[in-house]
Amino acid sequence: MFDDFMVNTWIAATLVAGVAGVVGFFVVIRGASFAAHALPLSAFPGAAAANLVGVDQLIGVLAFSGFGVAGISQLGRRGRRDVATALSLVMLLGLGALFLSRTTEYFQAIYALLFGEVLGVGAQDLAPLAALSAVSIALTLALFRPLLLSSVSPELAETISVSPRVMEVLFLVVVALATAVALPVVGALLVFSLMVGPASAARTLTSRPLAGLFISAAISIVTVWASIALSFASDWPIGFFVGALSALGYLAGRTWAWVEIQGLSQFRRSR
Amino acid sequence: MLTRSEVLAVRQASVSLSGHPILKDIDFALNAGEFCGLIGANGSGKTTLLRTVLGFVMPTSGSVTMEAGGRASIGYVPQKFILDPYMPMRARDLVALGLDGNRLGVPLPSRGRRRKVDEMLEAVEATPFADQRIGSLSGGQQQRVLIAHALIRRPRLLLLDEPLANLDIRSVAGIVALLRRVSRELQTTVLLSAHDMNPLLSVMDRIVYLAHGRAATGAIDAVVRTEVLSRLYGYHIDVVRVHGRVLVVAAEGEGDAQTAIQRDPVHVAQVP
Amino acid sequence: MTTLLSLVVAPGFFASEPVRTAAVIGGAAAIVSGVVGVFTVIRGQSFAGHALADVSSAGGAGAFLLGINPLSGFLLMGVLAATSMELVRVDRPSERDLVTGIVTGAGLGVAALLLYLNVTTSSTTGAAVTIMFGSMFTISASIVPLAIAVGLAALSAMGVLYRPLLLSSLDPNLAAVQGVPVRLIGLLHLIVVALAVALSAITVGAILSTALLIGPAAIALNLAKRPSVAIFLAAVIGVAATWGGILLAYDSYEWTGGHGWPVSFCIVALIFAAYVVVAEIRLGSRRQPEPGLKPRPREGRATTAG
Repeated sequence: MFDDFMVNTWIAATLVAGVAGVVGFFVVIRGASFAAHALPLSAFPGAAAANLVGVDQLIGVLAFSGFGVAGISQLGRRGRRDVATALSLVMLLGLGALFLSRTTEYFQAIYALLFGEVLGVGAQDLAPLAALSAVSIALTLALFRPLLLSSVSPELAETISVSPRVMEVLFLVVVALATAVALPVVGALLVFSLMVGPASAARTLTSRPLAGLFISAAISIVTVWASIALSFASDWPIGFFVGALSALGYLAGRTWAWVEIQGLSQFRRSR
Repeated sequence: MLTRSEVLAVRQASVSLSGHPILKDIDFALNAGEFCGLIGANGSGKTTLLRTVLGFVMPTSGSVTMEAGGRASIGYVPQKFILDPYMPMRARDLVALGLDGNRLGVPLPSRGRRRKVDEMLEAVEATPFADQRIGSLSGGQQQRVLIAHALIRRPRLLLLDEPLANLDIRSVAGIVALLRRVSRELQTTVLLSAHDMNPLLSVMDRIVYLAHGRAATGAIDAVVRTEVLSRLYGYHIDVVRVHGRVLVVAAEGEGDAQTAIQRDPVHVAQVP
Repeated sequence: MTTLLSLVVAPGFFASEPVRTAAVIGGAAAIVSGVVGVFTVIRGQSFAGHALADVSSAGGAGAFLLGINPLSGFLLMGVLAATSMELVRVDRPSERDLVTGIVTGAGLGVAALLLYLNVTTSSTTGAAVTIMFGSMFTISASIVPLAIAVGLAALSAMGVLYRPLLLSSLDPNLAAVQGVPVRLIGLLHLIVVALAVALSAITVGAILSTALLIGPAAIALNLAKRPSVAIFLAAVIGVAATWGGILLAYDSYEWTGGHGWPVSFCIVALIFAAYVVVAEIRLGSRRQPEPGLKPRPREGRATTAG
């Protein structure tokens, strides 16, 4: 599993996992799981569209995540957020159905886009992947403080002239970028598992925000490495391991928090 | 618009939200270092008035004038602070965000920043729990951290929305004493909303009493009087002083009295 | 009149057998989804509604390959997912969404495994497409009786749960004080959502399932002031969008020279457009007081705390 052709896979998977972990930290503390699920899923018809038009798949994915961001933030201003997210998602998937009806030789690619195809990473894919990863992480780190404050309390943010609405849109843009990075590698349905699982474990392990972000990235990377190794050994699809390990991460986090609270109250009682 | 000692002047301000009039002809001014209570029952428009001063809401008529600096020289402690207990954030992290939460980039370790945060935590007596997760703190402790967050930029005006609600009696006394000290030592003007004026009687320099969207303002003794509040409510109100506490009671048999008591649960709650 | 009709409806529309089946099944799915969806939207559980469609159809497709009755597979997977989402104790909406997401991820992972394990028995990739874009014109007649039974069961469950569910959706604390078992009601509601969603996912596909659950209900809640009216409106809007979409798809074969637009695209587009228009109009008339479906502002509550 460390053959030459696997090296690209390991590099690509590590990049994707790092980005998903960093962005996922904010997904979790903002409680934005639905957006994090909807953006990758609504970006995936973009690949079909790109195929149809004959442009690079990445451009299609980026364009459709852009539509997703616009739909969620624009419709969200007019009504309930979750409704806006759901309707933007189904509209873009509906477009996907339209594009797919125009092509017939696409089924294998669809399966890969939904569930990921880690072994399909070629050397020529690495450069754009690395560039996009760098942009996503840089943007998240640049926005770190205002994003953090507006996640804790939109009102506190507004008081020091950080517009919660602008932060929301920028946050969605970051998720969209992470989507474009991860979609071709781990698939639309699993990008978001990788965003929420490791981060929800990380937030309970530390009480420092910046440390939480890095721990989240580390857990995410370990999750992906373990998933590849297990997938390689068992021949089962990687998606199964990513989904299962993320759920385990969440449960471990909740358990850890529970133990900590129990320990604390016992300590208080004994005083 | 402002005289030399004034920090904030609200002149004949009226506010409507979604077409509904919330506040009418509110008129008061605050001097540097003054401690002002914004008193009124739930739904009387306290939060709207604070948000108008902050500039989040625009008055439909009249004006709100801040000393030079505008919002940058206002600190704000909002009422609703529902914190995720899993939020990975210590008390000191939130205080630091008050200083530079609007800057880009990750916070790099800086001695100056750390000193400022430590000083502020010390000033609000939050040093013992500075490194604890915010979600694990008690209501009174969270209130202190939020005050530190609001004060670290050394604002001229500190607005607090119901900071005493949901606190036990000891925490209430602690927070009131802290705010009084802060307003004296830092010359910060404090405008604090509350539905019960009693914990604030000894510290308020001035009172803005809101009822049905209108306000009576001035010194406590000038405002909290039977005839002034009766005029404000539009029906007879008795102001009773017992054991150093003030009770505002609608007289029995008054036309609208029953409604008044229901609308202003605060006042009935004073009766044992 | 006849010429006008033939302008709107392409020839052969009413005579086509697949169109009739699609209209009946799609209409039934729209009614059930609309009724259940009103509560899903009031409770802010769109994510769960959508996630259940994903999980149940992905898992159902796996079950299908295992040789189990497909609808049973859909239902089993949906109910399992709904139960796990509600069993993790959470207090805040954001944490609830997180749990929904975690369960969805795990469910989809299992689905990926099921699809993979059956790669030899059938076309995995074809199944993946069916998951997302299940087509309405290929509904197998054999599932119709069971589908109707499940639909009726979901509707009657909503009838039984109506009052406690409405109360606990508007104000959980008030409901708890009145002796409503809020958590149990929440669980039952999500199971009914799972039934409705599985039903529509297998008949009209996962995309339409979410669209029919959330779209008509959200439009109706923007228009109606009373929950009962909103439920009725949601069902009507859902059916109208479904039939309109089928008609549009059928007609589009004429316009596009045999290529046609997929039904799912047409229905979703109609719902989306209607939502945007209604939300826009409502934004323009914000001066009106909010409809009575939302918890009342503070002054309405009789508190006695000091």
